Amino acid sequence: MTKNIMIVGVGGQGTLLASRVLGNALLSLNYDVKISEVHGMSQRGGSVVTYVKYGDKVCSPIIEKGEADVILAFESLEAARWLPYLKKDGKLIVNTQQIDPMPVITGAAQYPENIIEKIKETGANVDALDCLALAEQAGSPKAVNIVLIGRLSNYFDISDDVWQKTLESTVPAKFLEMNKKAFSLGKNAD
Amino acid sequence: MKRLMQGNEAVARGLYEAGVKVLSSYPGTPSTEISEFAAKYPEIYAEWAPNEKVACETAIGAAINGARAFSGMKHVGLNVAADPLFTASYIGTNGGLVFGVADDPGMHSSQNEQDSRHYAIASKVPMLEPSDSAECLSYTKAAYEISEKYDTPVLLRLSTRVSHSSSVVELSERTELPLKEYTKNPGKNVMMPAMAKGRHIVVEERTKALLELAENCPFNTVEFNSASIGVICAGISYQYAKEALGEKASYLKLGLINPMPVQMIKDFAAKCDKVYVIEQLDPVIENHCKTIGVDVIGKDVFSLLGEFSQSTVEKNILGEQKEFLTVDEAIPNRPPVMCCGCPHRGLYYALKKKRVYVSGDIGCYTLGALPPLGMMDTCVCMGASVSALHGAVKARGDEFAKKAVAVIGDSTFIHSGVTGLINIAYNRSISTVIILDNSITGMTGHQQNPTTGYTIKGDPTAAVNLENLCRAVGINKVTVVDPYNLSECLAALDEHLSLDEPSVIISRRPCALLKYVKHNPPLKIDSEKCRGCKVCMGIGCPAISIRKGKAVIDSTQCVGCNLCTGLCSFGAISDGGDK
Repeated sequence: MTKNIMIVGVGGQGTLLASRVLGNALLSLNYDVKISEVHGMSQRGGSVVTYVKYGDKVCSPIIEKGEADVILAFESLEAARWLPYLKKDGKLIVNTQQIDPMPVITGAAQYPENIIEKIKETGANVDALDCLALAEQAGSPKAVNIVLIGRLSNYFDISDDVWQKTLESTVPAKFLEMNKKAFSLGKNAD
Repeated sequence: MKRLMQGNEAVARGLYEAGVKVLSSYPGTPSTEISEFAAKYPEIYAEWAPNEKVACETAIGAAINGARAFSGMKHVGLNVAADPLFTASYIGTNGGLVFGVADDPGMHSSQNEQDSRHYAIASKVPMLEPSDSAECLSYTKAAYEISEKYDTPVLLRLSTRVSHSSSVVELSERTELPLKEYTKNPGKNVMMPAMAKGRHIVVEERTKALLELAENCPFNTVEFNSASIGVICAGISYQYAKEALGEKASYLKLGLINPMPVQMIKDFAAKCDKVYVIEQLDPVIENHCKTIGVDVIGKDVFSLLGEFSQSTVEKNILGEQKEFLTVDEAIPNRPPVMCCGCPHRGLYYALKKKRVYVSGDIGCYTLGALPPLGMMDTCVCMGASVSALHGAVKARGDEFAKKAVAVIGDSTFIHSGVTGLINIAYNRSISTVIILDNSITGMTGHQQNPTTGYTIKGDPTAAVNLENLCRAVGINKVTVVDPYNLSECLAALDEHLSLDEPSVIISRRPCALLKYVKHNPPLKIDSEKCRGCKVCMGIGCPAISIRKGKAVIDSTQCVGCNLCTGLCSFGAISDGGDK
């Protein structure tokens, strides 16, 4: 059985690193793993999505509507945008941070109010937390991605040891302690 | 050893293991990382060439002289390299010669979604198409065997989802190959009419031999599960079909997609009740099947447009769709934008002030076409900004020229903008060309180019002096401005647009994302002073937004470029006294 995880956010938020940490952790457990990313034009502050799939044998590297077991959303509006990709009994982990897209900045569109509440009203299983505040607490607003990975670890049967080793092999040494703290804050936040 | 590898990295690994000696490429999403990863192997000589034509010709020269050689590019890059490709097909090769071409169905980062398989057919060159990273590695190596055995260049076709997906690969050692002997042979290597006539005969004979290979090669495989549905497919479409249909269908998966087998397809189809061809973009396999008299269902149910997925297959073949949730609320789009501190922003804002016609080009600065800047009239292909402005000026006259400019990045200018500028100087149009020099090839993810002074491996080298280059082709008026300095940009535009001669403005400041670029502390908006006039919103900076009627700056994004500071008539924007 294949498990599907989507990582969605805004270009520049570090979604690619998050997918690599997750992919390497899964590979070390001997799963077949596929990760799909999009580069180039859409990376420049646009809506970005990365797919991580694992199981005995993975075919398609991408995830479609109604297929994601977990969506890890780096931003609230992106959580709403990609909600249709969640399985009915899937889990949506969302950073409550709001980043205005250009149509909102120019006044051509409105950022929806109480968007997290509206997502919950659909019946989706939502785990919302302020990852930016936790990342700043860990030492850098850039650690939002690792806070979210820490949160995600609650939904996997992967030992802390494997996660720690994966962090060591994926993030630069000088940021390792800060990232370990960010991971732990995300994992244990209320 | 097992590793999770991106498709492009696996191609690079294949080049390494196949003993490739020379690589020359031009960056282009989704192909760029092939060359970046290959450049990490000290055994491979790797370079960024000024454009794809130069890159392919470099590889051709290396291969004729006995080395295994490679050139990688995106689909539209093959248009630029088509000239050498077609004649390299006649010459054949000596050392193995492979061109990697990455298509972009769905246009994630491209100006069209052309199907590069047509090039393989038109140039009569064999083409392989892998469907995951493991095949990226093994097909790359096999491409060199085919190239040398059949004396032909080989095309390796990738697509965004193969290039940019990671999957598990098994690594092997590199096979170090001695340089093959070079023997002077004008009949084979000098393509003028008398010799080319002879070589065309060889090409047609080669195609016959390759057809035999197509019937019996290990890359074309049949997986028979059920007679009810037969699927003929290649590349990523195979993975989509397999996920959607599993054992409900039988598969003929083509790894060698040019030339395609005849008997193998007939035999497969004969065993299935119904045969679908699942292929993104054009009906290439479908047309082949129909030509050989095999009845298949293809573009009658599958679109010519965009990307497929397992859902496309489920919907079109099984008539099934999964249930999903939606928020009952309009969700604003999030289009890509120029980054905070992007040097292009100031120059575009100056163009907006001047309300000029902008002949645009390919790069990060194409984003200037979008609101709120909205300052681009045309964008065709690499280099077209300069030549198309010349055409516009010749059509509409000198008065038009005084309110029109071309914008082109440093790398794109070297790629194919300089030839347009030569045309402007030679054929005397009073056009104003603006080179947006951000000291890097930006959109594809920071590749060096001939203007930056560094090679693909990061070694210092000669740098093209853009000012001198422009003067050398016959442009007398060249001005350099700092795009963070709005008044300087406006003054230069006024001066250049009033001239009765062709001229160049170089807008120079390094990309704000480059590691060596130092950022200022984030700016702050004094909410007491802010009147909510929204003038600062006009530059389209993603760090500035309106909250409760007042402008605010997101301190996690702002890099303190100060472009907005000068726009505020009320002095509300400052660094807040931070130093």
